[in-house]
Amino acid sequence: MLSDTDWSAIRLTLELASVTTLLLLVIGTPIAWWLARTRSAWKGAVGAVVALPIVLPPTVIGFYLLVAMGPEGPVGRLTQSLGLGVLPFTFAGLVVASVFYSLPFVVQPIQNAFEAIGERPLEAAATLRASPLDTFFSVVLPLARPGYLTASVLGFAHTVGEFGVVLMIGGNIPDKTRVVSVQIYDHVEALEYAQAHWLAAGMVAFSFVVLLLLYTLNPTGRRA
Amino acid sequence: MSPGTGIRARFKLDYSGFSLDVDLDLPGRGVTALFGHSGSGKTTLLRAIAGLEHAPGGTLSVNGDVWQDAAVFRPTHRRPLGYVFQEASLFPHLTVQANLEYGQKRVPQAQRRVSLEQAVDLLNIGHLRARKPARLSGGERQRVGIARALATSPRLLLMDEPLAALDHALKQEILPYLERLHDELDIPVLYVSHAPDEVARLADHIVVMEAGRAVAAGPLTDTLARLDLPIKLGEDAGVVLDAVVAARDEEWHLAHMEFAGGRLWVRDHGLPVGHHARVRILARDVSLARAPMSGTSILNTLPAVVVDSVDDAHPALTLVKLRVGESPLLARLTRRSAHALEITPGQLLYAQIKAVALIG
Repeated sequence: MLSDTDWSAIRLTLELASVTTLLLLVIGTPIAWWLARTRSAWKGAVGAVVALPIVLPPTVIGFYLLVAMGPEGPVGRLTQSLGLGVLPFTFAGLVVASVFYSLPFVVQPIQNAFEAIGERPLEAAATLRASPLDTFFSVVLPLARPGYLTASVLGFAHTVGEFGVVLMIGGNIPDKTRVVSVQIYDHVEALEYAQAHWLAAGMVAFSFVVLLLLYTLNPTGRRA
Repeated sequence: MSPGTGIRARFKLDYSGFSLDVDLDLPGRGVTALFGHSGSGKTTLLRAIAGLEHAPGGTLSVNGDVWQDAAVFRPTHRRPLGYVFQEASLFPHLTVQANLEYGQKRVPQAQRRVSLEQAVDLLNIGHLRARKPARLSGGERQRVGIARALATSPRLLLMDEPLAALDHALKQEILPYLERLHDELDIPVLYVSHAPDEVARLADHIVVMEAGRAVAAGPLTDTLARLDLPIKLGEDAGVVLDAVVAARDEEWHLAHMEFAGGRLWVRDHGLPVGHHARVRILARDVSLARAPMSGTSILNTLPAVVVDSVDDAHPALTLVKLRVGESPLLARLTRRSAHALEITPGQLLYAQIKAVALIG
Protein backbone atom coordinates (compact mmCIF):
# COMPACT_ATOMS: atom_id res chain seq x y z
CA MET A 1 0.00 0.00 0.00
CA LEU A 2 1.49 3.33 1.03
CA SER A 3 5.23 3.55 1.46
CA ASP A 4 7.10 5.75 3.90
CA THR A 5 7.82 8.27 1.17
CA ASP A 6 4.11 8.33 0.33
CA TRP A 7 3.24 9.08 3.94
CA SER A 8 5.91 11.72 4.09
CA ALA A 9 4.44 13.34 0.99
CA ILE A 10 0.95 13.30 2.52
CA ARG A 11 2.20 14.84 5.77
CA LEU A 12 4.10 17.51 3.86
CA THR A 13 1.09 18.28 1.69
CA LEU A 14 -1.23 18.74 4.68
CA GLU A 15 1.37 20.88 6.43
CA LEU A 16 1.83 23.06 3.37
CA ALA A 17 -1.91 23.46 2.83
CA SER A 18 -2.55 24.28 6.51
CA VAL A 19 0.17 26.90 6.78
CA THR A 20 -0.79 28.39 3.43
CA THR A 21 -4.49 28.59 4.32
CA LEU A 22 -3.80 30.25 7.67
CA LEU A 23 -1.49 32.80 6.05
CA LEU A 24 -4.00 33.42 3.29
CA LEU A 25 -6.86 34.11 5.71
CA VAL A 26 -4.69 36.70 7.45
CA ILE A 27 -3.35 38.28 4.25
CA GLY A 28 -6.57 37.89 2.26
CA THR A 29 -8.84 39.61 4.79
CA PRO A 30 -7.46 43.15 4.41
CA ILE A 31 -7.19 42.71 0.63
CA ALA A 32 -10.80 41.47 0.42
CA TRP A 33 -11.95 44.31 2.70
CA TRP A 34 -10.22 46.90 0.57
CA LEU A 35 -11.59 45.42 -2.65
CA ALA A 36 -15.10 45.24 -1.21
CA ARG A 37 -15.15 48.81 0.12
CA THR A 38 -12.89 50.97 -1.99
CA ARG A 39 -14.03 53.45 -4.59
CA SER A 40 -10.46 53.85 -5.78
CA ALA A 41 -9.63 53.71 -9.46
CA TRP A 42 -7.09 51.00 -8.58
CA LYS A 43 -9.78 48.54 -7.59
CA GLY A 44 -9.95 46.96 -11.04
CA ALA A 45 -6.19 46.62 -11.39
CA VAL A 46 -5.69 45.13 -7.93
CA GLY A 47 -8.61 42.76 -8.43
CA ALA A 48 -7.13 41.61 -11.72
CA VAL A 49 -3.70 40.97 -10.20
CA VAL A 50 -5.27 38.95 -7.39
CA ALA A 51 -7.23 36.91 -9.95
CA LEU A 52 -4.26 36.25 -12.27
CA PRO A 53 -3.43 32.79 -10.84
CA ILE A 54 -6.87 31.59 -11.94
CA VAL A 55 -5.99 32.01 -15.61
CA LEU A 56 -2.19 31.76 -15.75
CA PRO A 57 -0.51 28.38 -16.23
CA PRO A 58 1.10 27.39 -12.93
CA THR A 59 4.43 27.08 -14.70
CA VAL A 60 4.34 30.80 -15.53
CA ILE A 61 3.75 31.75 -11.92
CA GLY A 62 6.36 29.26 -10.80
CA PHE A 63 8.88 30.58 -13.33
CA TYR A 64 8.57 34.21 -12.25
CA LEU A 65 8.58 33.33 -8.57
CA LEU A 66 11.69 31.24 -9.15
CA VAL A 67 13.41 34.16 -10.83
CA ALA A 68 12.26 36.66 -8.19
CA MET A 69 13.23 34.47 -5.24
CA GLY A 70 16.47 33.22 -6.80
CA PRO A 71 19.90 34.53 -5.71
CA GLU A 72 19.83 37.31 -8.33
CA GLY A 73 16.11 38.23 -7.96
CA PRO A 74 14.81 41.12 -5.84
CA VAL A 75 13.18 38.83 -3.28
CA GLY A 76 16.24 36.62 -3.23
CA ARG A 77 18.54 39.55 -2.50
CA LEU A 78 16.26 40.65 0.32
CA THR A 79 16.08 37.20 1.93
CA GLN A 80 19.85 36.84 1.60
CA SER A 81 20.54 40.23 3.18
CA LEU A 82 18.24 39.19 6.05
CA GLY A 83 20.33 36.06 6.48
CA LEU A 84 17.51 33.74 5.38
CA GLY A 85 19.27 32.38 2.32
CA VAL A 86 17.26 31.79 -0.82
CA LEU A 87 13.75 30.36 -0.84
CA PRO A 88 13.54 28.10 -3.90
CA PHE A 89 13.77 24.39 -3.14
CA THR A 90 12.74 24.94 0.50
CA PHE A 91 9.46 24.45 2.33
CA ALA A 92 9.27 28.20 3.01
CA GLY A 93 9.61 28.83 -0.72
CA LEU A 94 6.70 26.47 -1.37
CA VAL A 95 4.59 28.34 1.18
CA VAL A 96 5.30 31.69 -0.46
CA ALA A 97 4.50 30.30 -3.90
CA SER A 98 1.31 28.61 -2.67
CA VAL A 99 0.12 31.84 -1.07
CA PHE A 100 0.35 33.57 -4.44
CA TYR A 101 -1.13 30.65 -6.29
CA SER A 102 -4.19 30.23 -4.03
CA LEU A 103 -4.76 33.91 -3.24
CA PRO A 104 -7.84 34.44 -5.47
CA PHE A 105 -9.55 31.34 -4.06
CA VAL A 106 -9.43 32.90 -0.60
CA VAL A 107 -9.84 36.59 -1.41
CA GLN A 108 -12.87 36.28 -3.66
CA PRO A 109 -15.24 34.39 -1.33
CA ILE A 110 -14.34 36.74 1.53
CA GLN A 111 -14.76 39.78 -0.71
CA ASN A 112 -18.18 38.52 -1.85
CA ALA A 113 -19.20 37.98 1.77
CA PHE A 114 -18.10 41.50 2.72
CA GLU A 115 -19.98 42.99 -0.21
CA ALA A 116 -23.13 41.06 0.66
CA ILE A 117 -23.14 42.54 4.17
CA GLY A 118 -23.53 46.03 2.75
CA GLU A 119 -23.27 49.39 4.43
CA ARG A 120 -26.21 49.25 6.80
CA PRO A 121 -24.99 46.88 9.55
CA LEU A 122 -21.77 48.91 9.76
CA GLU A 123 -23.74 52.13 10.12
CA ALA A 124 -26.04 50.55 12.70
CA ALA A 125 -23.00 49.42 14.69
CA ALA A 126 -21.48 52.90 14.53
CA THR A 127 -24.68 54.43 15.91
CA LEU A 128 -24.41 51.90 18.74
CA ARG A 129 -20.95 53.21 19.72
CA ALA A 130 -18.89 50.47 18.08
CA SER A 131 -15.58 51.68 16.61
CA PRO A 132 -14.70 50.45 13.11
CA LEU A 133 -12.36 47.75 14.47
CA ASP A 134 -14.93 46.69 17.07
CA THR A 135 -17.54 46.54 14.29
CA PHE A 136 -15.28 44.35 12.19
CA PHE A 137 -14.95 41.73 14.89
CA SER A 138 -18.45 41.93 16.37
CA VAL A 139 -20.51 42.31 13.18
CA VAL A 140 -18.52 41.82 9.98
CA LEU A 141 -16.68 38.60 10.87
CA PRO A 142 -19.75 36.77 12.22
CA LEU A 143 -21.82 37.82 9.20
CA ALA A 144 -19.03 36.83 6.79
CA ARG A 145 -18.57 33.40 8.35
CA PRO A 146 -19.96 31.45 5.37
CA GLY A 147 -17.50 33.32 3.14
CA TYR A 148 -14.61 32.39 5.44
CA LEU A 149 -15.63 28.75 5.45
CA THR A 150 -15.71 28.70 1.65
CA ALA A 151 -12.40 30.55 1.46
CA SER A 152 -10.68 28.14 3.88
CA VAL A 153 -11.89 25.05 2.09
CA LEU A 154 -11.07 26.35 -1.38
CA GLY A 155 -7.68 27.71 -0.30
CA PHE A 156 -6.76 24.44 1.39
CA ALA A 157 -8.02 22.22 -1.41
CA HIS A 158 -6.43 24.30 -4.13
CA THR A 159 -3.06 24.19 -2.37
CA VAL A 160 -3.32 20.43 -1.96
CA GLY A 161 -3.97 20.17 -5.69
CA GLU A 162 -1.12 22.27 -6.96
CA PHE A 163 1.58 20.65 -9.07
CA GLY A 164 3.18 22.96 -11.62
CA VAL A 165 4.18 25.69 -9.21
CA VAL A 166 5.59 23.14 -6.77
CA LEU A 167 7.67 21.55 -9.44
CA MET A 168 9.08 24.89 -10.57
CA ILE A 169 9.83 26.27 -7.10
CA GLY A 170 10.33 23.25 -4.92
CA GLY A 171 11.58 20.61 -7.22
CA ASN A 172 11.22 17.13 -5.88
CA ILE A 173 13.11 16.83 -2.62
CA PRO A 174 11.80 14.07 -0.33
CA ASP A 175 10.59 15.29 3.10
CA LYS A 176 11.13 18.90 2.09
CA THR A 177 9.22 19.71 -1.06
CA ARG A 178 7.87 16.46 -2.43
CA VAL A 179 4.09 16.79 -2.04
CA VAL A 180 1.43 14.20 -3.00
CA SER A 181 0.83 15.47 -6.51
CA VAL A 182 4.56 15.23 -7.28
CA GLN A 183 4.78 11.83 -5.63
CA ILE A 184 2.00 10.56 -7.91
CA TYR A 185 3.89 11.88 -10.90
CA ASP A 186 7.02 10.04 -9.74
CA HIS A 187 5.09 6.80 -9.32
CA VAL A 188 3.67 7.06 -12.81
CA GLU A 189 7.09 7.87 -14.26
CA ALA A 190 8.42 4.74 -12.56
CA LEU A 191 5.41 2.75 -13.83
CA GLU A 192 4.33 2.06 -10.21
CA TYR A 193 0.66 2.26 -11.11
CA ALA A 194 -0.61 0.51 -7.97
CA GLN A 195 1.14 3.09 -5.75
CA ALA A 196 -0.11 5.90 -7.96
CA HIS A 197 -3.67 4.53 -7.67
CA TRP A 198 -3.65 4.60 -3.89
CA LEU A 199 -2.57 8.19 -3.74
CA ALA A 200 -4.71 9.34 -6.65
CA ALA A 201 -7.85 7.66 -5.34
CA GLY A 202 -7.04 9.14 -1.95
CA MET A 203 -6.98 12.58 -3.50
CA VAL A 204 -10.32 12.00 -5.21
CA ALA A 205 -11.91 10.84 -1.95
CA PHE A 206 -10.36 13.74 -0.05
CA SER A 207 -11.54 16.33 -2.55
CA PHE A 208 -15.04 14.86 -2.60
CA VAL A 209 -15.34 14.88 1.18
CA VAL A 210 -14.07 18.45 1.38
CA LEU A 211 -16.55 19.72 -1.19
CA LEU A 212 -19.36 17.69 0.37
CA LEU A 213 -18.62 19.33 3.72
CA LEU A 214 -18.56 22.73 2.07
CA TYR A 215 -21.93 22.29 0.43
CA THR A 216 -23.69 20.75 3.42
CA LEU A 217 -22.26 23.07 6.08
CA ASN A 218 -22.71 26.17 4.02
CA PRO A 219 -26.02 26.10 2.19
CA THR A 220 -26.71 29.32 0.36
CA GLY A 221 -29.79 31.44 0.87
CA ARG A 222 -30.10 30.91 4.58
CA ARG A 223 -29.21 34.45 5.55
CA ALA A 224 -31.71 36.33 7.66
CA MET B 1 -27.62 80.94 19.15
CA SER B 2 -26.82 80.28 22.77
CA PRO B 3 -24.36 77.41 22.86
CA GLY B 4 -25.93 76.04 26.03
CA THR B 5 -29.20 74.55 24.87
CA GLY B 6 -30.77 73.33 21.71
CA ILE B 7 -29.46 71.72 18.61
CA ARG B 8 -27.47 74.00 16.40
CA ALA B 9 -26.89 72.51 12.96
CA ARG B 10 -25.30 74.09 9.96
CA PHE B 11 -24.50 71.93 6.97
CA LYS B 12 -23.59 72.50 3.35
CA LEU B 13 -23.24 69.44 1.16
CA ASP B 14 -22.93 69.20 -2.59
CA TYR B 15 -23.60 66.07 -4.54
CA SER B 16 -24.18 65.95 -8.24
CA GLY B 17 -27.80 66.91 -8.71
CA PHE B 18 -28.47 67.58 -5.05
CA SER B 19 -27.29 70.02 -2.44
CA LEU B 20 -28.08 70.39 1.21
CA ASP B 21 -27.83 73.83 2.74
CA VAL B 22 -29.34 74.29 6.17
CA ASP B 23 -28.78 76.51 9.16
CA LEU B 24 -31.04 75.40 11.96
CA ASP B 25 -31.56 76.19 15.60
CA LEU B 26 -33.73 73.43 16.98
CA PRO B 27 -35.14 73.00 20.46
CA GLY B 28 -33.16 70.74 22.76
CA ARG B 29 -36.24 68.89 23.93
CA GLY B 30 -39.41 67.37 22.54
CA VAL B 31 -39.98 65.90 19.11
CA THR B 32 -38.92 67.90 16.07
CA ALA B 33 -40.20 66.61 12.77
CA LEU B 34 -38.09 66.98 9.65
CA PHE B 35 -40.87 67.00 7.14
CA GLY B 36 -40.70 66.98 3.36
CA HIS B 37 -41.19 64.97 0.22
CA SER B 38 -38.70 62.29 -0.75
CA GLY B 39 -35.60 63.92 -2.16
CA SER B 40 -36.03 67.02 -0.02
CA GLY B 41 -32.87 66.25 1.91
CA LYS B 42 -34.38 65.37 5.26
CA THR B 43 -32.67 61.98 5.50
CA THR B 44 -29.37 63.46 4.31
CA LEU B 45 -29.64 66.07 7.06
CA LEU B 46 -30.32 63.37 9.64
CA ARG B 47 -27.33 61.36 8.41
CA ALA B 48 -25.11 64.43 8.54
CA ILE B 49 -26.19 65.00 12.14
CA ALA B 50 -25.34 61.38 12.93
CA GLY B 51 -21.95 61.74 11.24
CA LEU B 52 -22.86 58.98 8.77
CA GLU B 53 -22.65 61.54 6.01
CA HIS B 54 -19.31 63.29 6.16
CA ALA B 55 -20.09 66.98 5.85
CA PRO B 56 -16.83 68.92 6.09
CA GLY B 57 -17.26 72.52 7.11
CA GLY B 58 -20.50 71.79 8.94
CA THR B 59 -21.09 72.71 12.54
CA LEU B 60 -23.22 70.83 15.02
CA SER B 61 -23.73 71.17 18.72
CA VAL B 62 -26.26 69.36 20.84
CA ASN B 63 -27.25 70.99 24.11
CA GLY B 64 -23.84 72.62 24.45
CA ASP B 65 -21.85 69.57 23.36
CA VAL B 66 -19.90 70.23 20.15
CA TRP B 67 -20.12 67.21 17.82
CA GLN B 68 -18.64 68.90 14.81
CA ASP B 69 -17.12 72.25 13.84
CA ALA B 70 -14.18 73.59 11.86
CA ALA B 71 -11.70 71.84 14.16
CA VAL B 72 -13.63 68.80 15.35
CA PHE B 73 -15.31 65.90 13.64
CA ARG B 74 -16.54 63.28 16.05
CA PRO B 75 -17.14 60.04 14.14
CA THR B 76 -20.56 58.46 14.55
CA HIS B 77 -19.48 56.03 17.26
CA ARG B 78 -18.31 58.93 19.43
CA ARG B 79 -21.61 60.81 19.19
CA PRO B 80 -24.01 59.96 22.03
CA LEU B 81 -26.98 59.44 19.73
CA GLY B 82 -29.55 56.81 19.00
CA TYR B 83 -30.49 56.10 15.40
CA VAL B 84 -33.57 54.26 14.21
CA PHE B 85 -33.40 53.26 10.56
CA GLN B 86 -36.35 52.82 8.24
CA GLU B 87 -35.76 49.08 8.27
CA ALA B 88 -34.87 48.09 11.81
CA SER B 89 -31.39 46.95 10.72
CA LEU B 90 -31.04 44.50 13.58
CA PHE B 91 -27.96 42.29 13.55
CA PRO B 92 -29.21 38.98 12.10
CA HIS B 93 -26.58 36.88 13.88
CA LEU B 94 -27.62 38.07 17.33
CA THR B 95 -30.75 37.41 19.40
CA VAL B 96 -33.02 40.27 20.34
CA GLN B 97 -31.41 40.36 23.78
CA ALA B 98 -27.89 40.50 22.31
CA ASN B 99 -29.01 43.18 19.88
CA LEU B 100 -30.31 45.25 22.79
CA GLU B 101 -27.11 44.75 24.76
CA TYR B 102 -24.88 45.52 21.79
CA GLY B 103 -25.16 49.27 22.15
CA GLN B 104 -25.73 49.39 25.87
CA LYS B 105 -22.58 47.55 26.89
CA ARG B 106 -20.52 49.98 24.81
CA VAL B 107 -21.78 52.93 26.86
CA PRO B 108 -19.79 53.61 30.05
CA GLN B 109 -21.73 52.74 33.20
CA ALA B 110 -21.71 56.34 34.41
CA GLN B 111 -23.47 57.54 31.27
CA ARG B 112 -26.31 55.02 31.37
CA ARG B 113 -29.58 56.73 32.18
CA VAL B 114 -32.00 54.39 30.46
CA SER B 115 -31.86 50.82 31.71
CA LEU B 116 -32.30 47.86 29.42
CA GLU B 117 -35.41 46.89 31.39
CA GLN B 118 -36.86 50.34 30.91
CA ALA B 119 -36.34 50.20 27.15
CA VAL B 120 -37.76 46.68 26.98
CA ASP B 121 -40.83 47.64 29.02
CA LEU B 122 -41.43 50.84 27.10
CA LEU B 123 -41.56 48.99 23.78
CA ASN B 124 -43.15 45.88 25.29
CA ILE B 125 -40.70 43.39 23.81
CA GLY B 126 -39.84 41.31 26.89
CA HIS B 127 -41.33 38.17 25.36
CA LEU B 128 -39.14 38.43 22.24
CA ARG B 129 -35.72 38.47 23.89
CA ALA B 130 -34.62 34.96 22.99
CA ARG B 131 -35.62 35.20 19.32
CA LYS B 132 -33.49 35.92 16.31
CA PRO B 133 -34.54 38.93 14.18
CA ALA B 134 -35.55 36.65 11.30
CA ARG B 135 -38.35 35.33 13.51
CA LEU B 136 -39.91 38.73 14.29
CA SER B 137 -42.69 40.55 12.49
CA GLY B 138 -41.90 43.90 10.86
CA GLY B 139 -43.50 45.81 13.71
CA GLU B 140 -41.69 43.79 16.38
CA ARG B 141 -38.40 44.29 14.60
CA GLN B 142 -38.89 48.05 14.53
CA ARG B 143 -39.80 48.08 18.23
CA VAL B 144 -36.60 46.19 19.02
CA GLY B 145 -34.69 48.68 16.85
CA ILE B 146 -36.12 51.59 18.83
CA ALA B 147 -35.42 49.90 22.17
CA ARG B 148 -31.87 49.11 21.06
CA ALA B 149 -31.28 52.79 20.29
CA LEU B 150 -32.85 53.88 23.60
CA ALA B 151 -30.73 51.47 25.61
CA THR B 152 -27.64 53.51 24.74
CA SER B 153 -29.11 56.43 26.73
CA PRO B 154 -28.80 58.77 23.75
CA ARG B 155 -28.65 62.55 24.20
CA LEU B 156 -30.40 62.83 20.87
CA LEU B 157 -32.62 60.27 19.19
CA LEU B 158 -32.65 60.32 15.40
CA MET B 159 -35.48 58.50 13.67
CA ASP B 160 -35.46 58.08 9.91
CA GLU B 161 -39.03 57.32 8.84
CA PRO B 162 -39.29 54.49 11.33
CA LEU B 163 -42.82 53.68 10.22
CA ALA B 164 -42.47 54.11 6.46
CA ALA B 165 -41.77 50.45 5.77
CA LEU B 166 -44.79 49.28 7.76
CA ASP B 167 -48.38 48.91 6.67
CA HIS B 168 -51.19 50.90 8.25
CA ALA B 169 -52.05 48.37 10.95
CA LEU B 170 -48.43 48.03 12.07
CA LYS B 171 -48.09 51.81 12.15
CA GLN B 172 -51.03 51.99 14.51
CA GLU B 173 -49.31 49.32 16.60
CA ILE B 174 -46.12 51.36 16.97
CA LEU B 175 -47.39 54.93 17.22
CA PRO B 176 -48.55 54.57 20.83
CA TYR B 177 -45.04 53.43 21.79
CA LEU B 178 -43.55 56.48 20.15
CA GLU B 179 -45.96 58.64 22.10
CA ARG B 180 -44.96 56.97 25.35
CA LEU B 181 -41.35 57.62 24.50
CA HIS B 182 -42.21 61.27 24.09
CA ASP B 183 -44.09 61.40 27.38
CA GLU B 184 -41.84 59.28 29.56
CA LEU B 185 -38.27 59.97 28.47
CA ASP B 186 -36.68 63.36 28.31
CA ILE B 187 -34.69 62.74 25.13
CA PRO B 188 -34.90 65.19 22.25
CA VAL B 189 -36.00 63.47 19.06
CA LEU B 190 -35.47 64.38 15.42
CA TYR B 191 -38.11 62.55 13.46
CA VAL B 192 -37.89 62.35 9.67
CA SER B 193 -41.22 61.81 7.98
CA HIS B 194 -43.19 62.54 4.87
CA ALA B 195 -46.48 61.49 6.48
CA PRO B 196 -48.49 64.47 7.77
CA ASP B 197 -50.55 62.30 10.11
CA GLU B 198 -47.43 61.06 11.92
CA VAL B 199 -46.11 64.58 12.22
CA ALA B 200 -49.44 65.91 13.49
CA ARG B 201 -49.53 63.19 16.09
CA LEU B 202 -45.97 63.17 17.36
CA ALA B 203 -44.18 66.42 16.68
CA ASP B 204 -43.86 69.50 18.88
CA HIS B 205 -41.77 71.35 16.35
CA ILE B 206 -41.49 71.02 12.65
CA VAL B 207 -38.88 71.80 10.03
CA VAL B 208 -40.22 71.77 6.51
CA MET B 209 -37.58 70.71 3.98
CA GLU B 210 -37.64 71.34 0.27
CA ALA B 211 -34.84 70.80 -2.26
CA GLY B 212 -32.18 70.57 0.43
CA ARG B 213 -33.30 73.68 2.25
CA ALA B 214 -35.37 74.33 5.34
CA VAL B 215 -38.25 76.45 4.10
CA ALA B 216 -39.95 76.79 7.48
CA ALA B 217 -39.23 75.91 11.07
CA GLY B 218 -41.08 76.49 14.30
CA PRO B 219 -43.62 75.16 16.77
CA LEU B 220 -46.00 72.73 15.09
CA THR B 221 -49.25 74.63 15.66
CA ASP B 222 -47.95 77.97 14.42
CA THR B 223 -46.03 76.52 11.51
CA LEU B 224 -48.85 74.38 10.18
CA ALA B 225 -51.12 77.42 10.25
CA ARG B 226 -48.80 79.53 8.15
CA LEU B 227 -50.42 80.41 4.90
CA ASP B 228 -47.32 79.95 2.76
CA LEU B 229 -46.91 76.28 3.70
CA PRO B 230 -50.31 74.63 3.46
CA ILE B 231 -50.20 75.03 -0.28
CA LYS B 232 -47.29 72.65 -0.29
CA LEU B 233 -49.15 70.26 1.96
CA GLY B 234 -52.06 70.12 -0.48
CA GLU B 235 -54.91 67.98 0.78
CA ASP B 236 -53.18 67.62 4.14
CA ALA B 237 -53.24 71.34 4.90
CA GLY B 238 -54.78 71.95 8.28
CA VAL B 239 -54.11 72.82 11.89
CA VAL B 240 -53.26 70.77 14.95
CA LEU B 241 -54.53 72.05 18.28
CA ASP B 242 -53.73 70.99 21.81
CA ALA B 243 -56.90 70.19 23.67
CA VAL B 244 -58.13 68.59 26.84
CA VAL B 245 -61.18 66.38 27.40
CA ALA B 246 -63.66 68.68 29.16
CA ALA B 247 -66.72 66.45 29.22
CA ARG B 248 -68.09 63.22 27.82
CA ASP B 249 -71.54 62.66 26.43
CA GLU B 250 -72.40 59.06 27.21
CA GLU B 251 -75.62 59.06 25.27
CA TRP B 252 -74.16 60.08 21.92
CA HIS B 253 -70.63 58.73 22.47
CA LEU B 254 -69.07 62.13 22.02
CA ALA B 255 -66.32 63.92 23.89
CA HIS B 256 -66.17 67.66 24.34
CA MET B 257 -62.63 68.88 23.73
CA GLU B 258 -61.57 72.24 25.06
CA PHE B 259 -58.82 74.19 23.34
CA ALA B 260 -57.57 77.76 23.55
CA GLY B 261 -60.48 79.32 21.69
CA GLY B 262 -63.45 77.11 22.27
CA ARG B 263 -64.83 73.60 22.45
CA LEU B 264 -65.24 70.89 19.86
CA TRP B 265 -67.32 67.74 19.81
CA VAL B 266 -65.38 64.69 18.67
CA ARG B 267 -66.10 60.99 18.70
CA ASP B 268 -65.49 59.59 22.16
CA HIS B 269 -62.45 57.31 22.12
CA GLY B 270 -62.72 56.58 25.83
CA LEU B 271 -60.23 59.17 27.02
CA PRO B 272 -60.95 60.29 30.59
CA VAL B 273 -61.95 63.86 31.44
CA GLY B 274 -58.84 65.99 31.93
CA HIS B 275 -56.77 63.97 29.44
CA HIS B 276 -54.64 66.00 27.05
CA ALA B 277 -54.87 65.15 23.38
CA ARG B 278 -54.36 66.74 20.00
CA VAL B 279 -57.06 67.44 17.51
CA ARG B 280 -56.44 67.96 13.85
CA ILE B 281 -58.71 69.99 11.59
CA LEU B 282 -58.03 69.90 7.86
CA ALA B 283 -58.60 73.06 5.86
CA ARG B 284 -60.85 71.21 3.43
CA ASP B 285 -63.20 70.27 6.29
CA VAL B 286 -63.85 73.87 7.30
CA SER B 287 -66.47 76.00 5.61
CA LEU B 288 -67.38 79.58 6.47
CA ALA B 289 -70.69 81.41 6.90
CA ARG B 290 -71.71 84.95 7.78
CA ALA B 291 -74.21 83.76 10.36
CA PRO B 292 -74.42 80.60 12.47
CA MET B 293 -76.56 78.11 10.63
CA SER B 294 -79.45 76.21 12.06
CA GLY B 295 -80.80 73.00 10.67
CA THR B 296 -77.43 71.55 9.79
CA SER B 297 -75.77 68.24 10.55
CA ILE B 298 -72.57 70.01 11.48
CA LEU B 299 -71.89 69.77 15.21
CA ASN B 300 -69.07 72.23 15.51
CA THR B 301 -69.57 75.86 14.60
CA LEU B 302 -67.18 78.40 16.06
CA PRO B 303 -66.96 82.17 15.71
CA ALA B 304 -63.74 83.06 13.92
CA VAL B 305 -61.94 86.21 12.80
CA VAL B 306 -60.30 86.36 9.38
CA VAL B 307 -56.55 86.94 9.59
CA ASP B 308 -55.56 86.68 5.96
CA SER B 309 -56.17 84.77 2.77
CA VAL B 310 -54.04 83.59 -0.14
CA ASP B 311 -54.59 81.91 -3.48
CA ASP B 312 -54.29 78.15 -3.27
CA ALA B 313 -52.40 75.92 -5.69
CA HIS B 314 -55.49 75.46 -7.86
CA PRO B 315 -56.81 78.73 -9.34
CA ALA B 316 -60.36 77.90 -8.19
CA LEU B 317 -59.35 77.72 -4.54
CA THR B 318 -58.33 80.07 -1.81
CA LEU B 319 -56.97 79.44 1.67
CA VAL B 320 -58.22 81.52 4.57
CA LYS B 321 -56.43 81.80 7.86
CA LEU B 322 -58.67 82.51 10.83
CA ARG B 323 -58.32 82.95 14.54
CA VAL B 324 -60.61 81.20 16.97
CA GLY B 325 -59.82 82.74 20.31
CA GLU B 326 -56.08 82.19 20.54
CA SER B 327 -55.98 79.29 18.13
CA PRO B 328 -55.40 79.37 14.38
CA LEU B 329 -57.68 77.69 11.91
CA LEU B 330 -57.41 77.20 8.15
CA ALA B 331 -60.29 76.99 5.72
CA ARG B 332 -60.13 76.05 2.07
CA LEU B 333 -62.85 77.69 -0.04
CA THR B 334 -63.49 78.26 -3.68
CA ARG B 335 -62.49 81.72 -4.76
CA ARG B 336 -66.04 82.27 -5.82
CA SER B 337 -67.32 81.62 -2.28
CA ALA B 338 -64.61 83.84 -0.83
CA HIS B 339 -65.69 86.58 -3.20
CA ALA B 340 -69.34 86.13 -2.25
CA LEU B 341 -68.46 86.36 1.45
CA GLU B 342 -66.30 89.43 0.74
CA ILE B 343 -63.53 88.00 2.89
CA THR B 344 -61.39 90.71 4.44
CA PRO B 345 -58.99 90.65 7.39
CA GLY B 346 -60.73 91.38 10.67
CA GLN B 347 -64.10 90.11 9.46
CA LEU B 348 -66.12 87.97 11.87
CA LEU B 349 -67.40 84.70 10.40
CA TYR B 350 -68.66 81.35 11.61
CA ALA B 351 -66.45 78.37 10.91
CA GLN B 352 -68.39 75.19 10.32
CA ILE B 353 -66.16 72.23 10.99
CA LYS B 354 -67.22 69.04 9.31
CA ALA B 355 -64.57 66.74 10.71
CA VAL B 356 -62.25 66.82 13.67
CA ALA B 357 -59.71 64.07 14.15
CA LEU B 358 -58.60 63.20 17.63
CA ILE B 359 -54.97 62.16 17.47
CA GLY B 360 -52.92 60.74 20.30
